[in-house]
Amino acid sequence: MTISRRNFFSSLGTSAVYLAVLSSLPSIAWAKWNIKAFTAPNLDAAIKVNYGDLPIVDSLMVKLKAPSIAENGAVVPITVESKLANTKSISLFVPDNPTPLVAKFNFSENSVAKVKTRIRMGKTSEVIALVEANGKLHRAGKAVKVTIGGCGG
Amino acid sequence: MKIRVKAKEKNGLVDAKLLIKHPMETGRRKDKDGNLIPAKHLTTITIDYKGETVFDAHMGTGVSKDPYLSVSFKGVKGESFEISAADNTGESAKKTVEIK
Amino acid sequence: MNLIKKNKIYWLTNIASLLLSVSVNSQNNDEQPSNYQDAVIQDIQEFRDFYTNKFPNIDINEFKDGVYAIDEKSREQWLEIEEFAPYEISVEDGEEAFGQNFANGKSYIDCFPNVEDGIRQNYPYFDTQTNQVITVELAINQCRVVNGEVPLAFGKGKLADISGYISFSSREKTLNIKVPNEQAYESYMAGKKFFYSKRGQLNFACADCHLQIAGSMLRADILGPALGHPTGMPVYRSKWGELGTLHARYAECNKNVRAKPLELQGESYRNLEYFQTIMSQGMQVNGPSSRK
Repeated sequence: MTISRRNFFSSLGTSAVYLAVLSSLPSIAWAKWNIKAFTAPNLDAAIKVNYGDLPIVDSLMVKLKAPSIAENGAVVPITVESKLANTKSISLFVPDNPTPLVAKFNFSENSVAKVKTRIRMGKTSEVIALVEANGKLHRAGKAVKVTIGGCGG
Repeated sequence: MKIRVKAKEKNGLVDAKLLIKHPMETGRRKDKDGNLIPAKHLTTITIDYKGETVFDAHMGTGVSKDPYLSVSFKGVKGESFEISAADNTGESAKKTVEIK
Repeated sequence: MNLIKKNKIYWLTNIASLLLSVSVNSQNNDEQPSNYQDAVIQDIQEFRDFYTNKFPNIDINEFKDGVYAIDEKSREQWLEIEEFAPYEISVEDGEEAFGQNFANGKSYIDCFPNVEDGIRQNYPYFDTQTNQVITVELAINQCRVVNGEVPLAFGKGKLADISGYISFSSREKTLNIKVPNEQAYESYMAGKKFFYSKRGQLNFACADCHLQIAGSMLRADILGPALGHPTGMPVYRSKWGELGTLHARYAECNKNVRAKPLELQGESYRNLEYFQTIMSQGMQVNGPSSRK
């Protein structure tokens, strides 16, 4: 029986227990949409609700493609790919958005850990991708400038 | 909400591109009278293939209007897969797509 | 403007048309339409030459992509969006609307029977019966009114979507705008005058930004060349989140230079569209298009 991630995290005790249980999780847990994650008002809260206290490491195996200067903050094309084995999910955050968590993509062993989408950025900010794999969060970031147009208004 | 899909298989991988018509209202926009337009945005998009979920996307207001997704999964030409989308107001849509 | 002074043809033809209107009071049935078609050829060539000289590395056929033909970084983002452009939804909506019957049982297909073969390349055209420029958008509403339907709002919404469907069905057709008679030529000249005239508090002419300093930056925007402007209409602006017509953009642009925006599908904008499209004669229809 699959355990939804939300229920799993809310019933957690210490992180030691957490780590021990993590390895026995079924490989795919198709969680329900988590309103707390998507309404978390800052990056740290958004990460915590989603992933608890999983360690975060920078990783070159996470490829994040985003324009350096977005043509329009309402439609910013993003490509994110994880070259890591056992990638469970990829999340995208825009720390300077009112609610930093933009999207979370969950994979099975039959889908490829690479996604393209178009996101909204309220202002110049970093775009951060967190890949959950092998008990860690692997991080890549890219600074994206959002400008006010001249003749576009 | 309309779901538009382009799905092509190459070397055992299905390249699926989705475009879903949806306003993705953030709940922070105001109308002409100064009233807040209530939030209405997609929450989940799920892809099922051969009875199993192969991919899902959870999203909030940070995804652009008329959400676009490009993903790939293992699949075979001629087979079908199903896309389901749901939003925060309880609206949902499904679409079955044949892999070309 | 220096540009106008340099353009001797503009003044010569201006004087010529003045003389013509003085000496010929009534319709001259011996006038050959090709005179007026020929009269714009020189203008078209000079207009093109200006841009091919200004942007020597850009092929003439690439100008249909506007800013994306001249700027690599924004082109990259545009190509990402074009993978599955939002206007595809609008085109589908437009096609659906186009197929709906009017209350009297007829539908748009009765007004535009050849839509699937591509018709956008013939717009705008000069209607010699009513002596005015007819744009696609005007034709759509004329179709509605003739069939007892309430006209749709110009600029955005359902009408823009239908226009988008028409453009999409006409992709790759080459613009073929006719100048059939003297009145048509006058409309052309009125549009040309508009293009080169200063307006607004900021005192800019269309030609200032889109001809003389095309390719330069205006704050964070790159000014697109006017050559090829109409090919991609209607346009899905990321800013609008929907399709909008050329006139919607004219109004926006006029506001940006602090000029009073004129009536959508009014005479001024229609004449301007006529002039602009003639300047892009022979270029491919590639609407609807995505822009920022």
